[in-house]
Amino acid sequence: MAASNFRALEATNRRETVVLVVAFMLLLGALGLGLDVAARDIAIVNGQFVGFPVLTIAALVFAGAQSMVSYYSGASLVLLSVHARELTADTPKHQVVLDVINEMATAARMPVPKPYIIDDPSPNAFATGRDPTHSIICVTQGLVDQMDREELQGVIGHEMSHVADYDIRTMMMIAVMVGGIAMLSDFVYRWMFFGGFGARGRGGNNRDNQAAALITVAVIILAALAPIFSQLLAMAVSRQREYLADASSVEFTRNPRALLRALEHIAKIESPLKQGTAGTGHLFIVNPREGVREDDEGFFANLFSTHPPLSRRIARLQALLGAASAPTLDASAQANT
Amino acid sequence: MVFLIIIVAIVVWAVFAYNRLVSLRNQVDNSWRQIDVQLKRRHDLIPNLVEAVKGYMQFERDTLTQVVEARAKAISAPDQASRMAAESQITTGLGRLLAVIENYPQLKADENVLKLQEELTTTENQIAFARQAYNDVVLELNTRIQSFPSNLIAGNFGFKAAEYFKGAPEDQAVPKVDLSMTAPRA
Repeated sequence: MAASNFRALEATNRRETVVLVVAFMLLLGALGLGLDVAARDIAIVNGQFVGFPVLTIAALVFAGAQSMVSYYSGASLVLLSVHARELTADTPKHQVVLDVINEMATAARMPVPKPYIIDDPSPNAFATGRDPTHSIICVTQGLVDQMDREELQGVIGHEMSHVADYDIRTMMMIAVMVGGIAMLSDFVYRWMFFGGFGARGRGGNNRDNQAAALITVAVIILAALAPIFSQLLAMAVSRQREYLADASSVEFTRNPRALLRALEHIAKIESPLKQGTAGTGHLFIVNPREGVREDDEGFFANLFSTHPPLSRRIARLQALLGAASAPTLDASAQANT
Repeated sequence: MVFLIIIVAIVVWAVFAYNRLVSLRNQVDNSWRQIDVQLKRRHDLIPNLVEAVKGYMQFERDTLTQVVEARAKAISAPDQASRMAAESQITTGLGRLLAVIENYPQLKADENVLKLQEELTTTENQIAFARQAYNDVVLELNTRIQSFPSNLIAGNFGFKAAEYFKGAPEDQAVPKVDLSMTAPRA
């Protein structure tokens, strides 16, 4: 049933995080190795390996440190980058949000996440953290102002399901690593164009030089593509999760109308989030960027969106609403018999 | 050798199955306590709400008395069944009271009343969600106790199927907000 579903998803997310970290180490290691060859720190001279791969080791250390930071401080970094502050019961409406978070934690049988708020009029929300006991739910002031209690339950229920199935861990790691890769490739670019390039002549025959040149080209391509790859990765992994979280939200609230009304409401609003969201867009319940919410279909629209089209999510919820009115599918009735 | 591996595998499985059952049984207990906590919180809130609204609501004496009496009954209930019956009366009465408050502009302007109203609303929701969570985990435990092969472990170590939380009949009907309050409730 529901709970075993969450356990399966949790296992998947634990595995994906490990794969992500390993892939990240390999990618950066390869980048460092290529740079070492390009800079002629190391070379293969007459079949003998010479030199010390200082940049490879530096890249691996960076990757390891970045992974550790992502895991342990990723949530704080995400909150910092979207300018969120802790949510307190300073207004009656904020009290309602805190209450709804508590209610949904009860429904999901999860510890209560720490509440945060972004001062932005665009209605949106996200969850992050490394596991349910270190989880965070963040809403915008716009969401607080525009949603009634039922709609809030739908949205918070959606976020709570990301918490319950450890989506938050995978998505947080991606968010912080995407930022890390962007930073690194920027650094590599600068270093390539302004740094010393093969100034130190080292011995070697023609063939070695050719190999070095090829690797250099590969490194440049890799450095250019790395941010795009990581962005594609973030998009690919987050779309299916949104449908699942929508379905789980309905399971928690036992009320398909709650999330349906919230999404229909958000679909009508055009204002994007003002805060920097380049690396964090995939965390939010609806895509926070402008011009990507419309219902484009087709390969490129699908390739470059972190979220399924809102109209499809709404259609799926409407189907659920139709099904829920049939008494046999009412989960609470089932549990009560 | 093969025989030994099979024995070890069975023992490892049995340990995991046993621990899973213990964990579920504890979750059932804990979920029950969650319901209890919220019911107590509701008991604490009722006198405050009644105190806050009674000045305004001369015409709703019946609703107020019904809630107060049901609360007294729930607190002094001799057994679980009669206690739950009283609790479900509180649910009905409070639902009506909260709906009626909407008709009184003075009440809706009273900050204290609004705060109590929100507290009661969230407590009512918490009770409903806690009950739902309790039934979910009971379903999970009972399925495990009854299905093969975990039923072998459950049977040998005395795990018993837990009981679902059943609301009183009027509790399961769709709550009808009756503003005239003369017609009897289904």
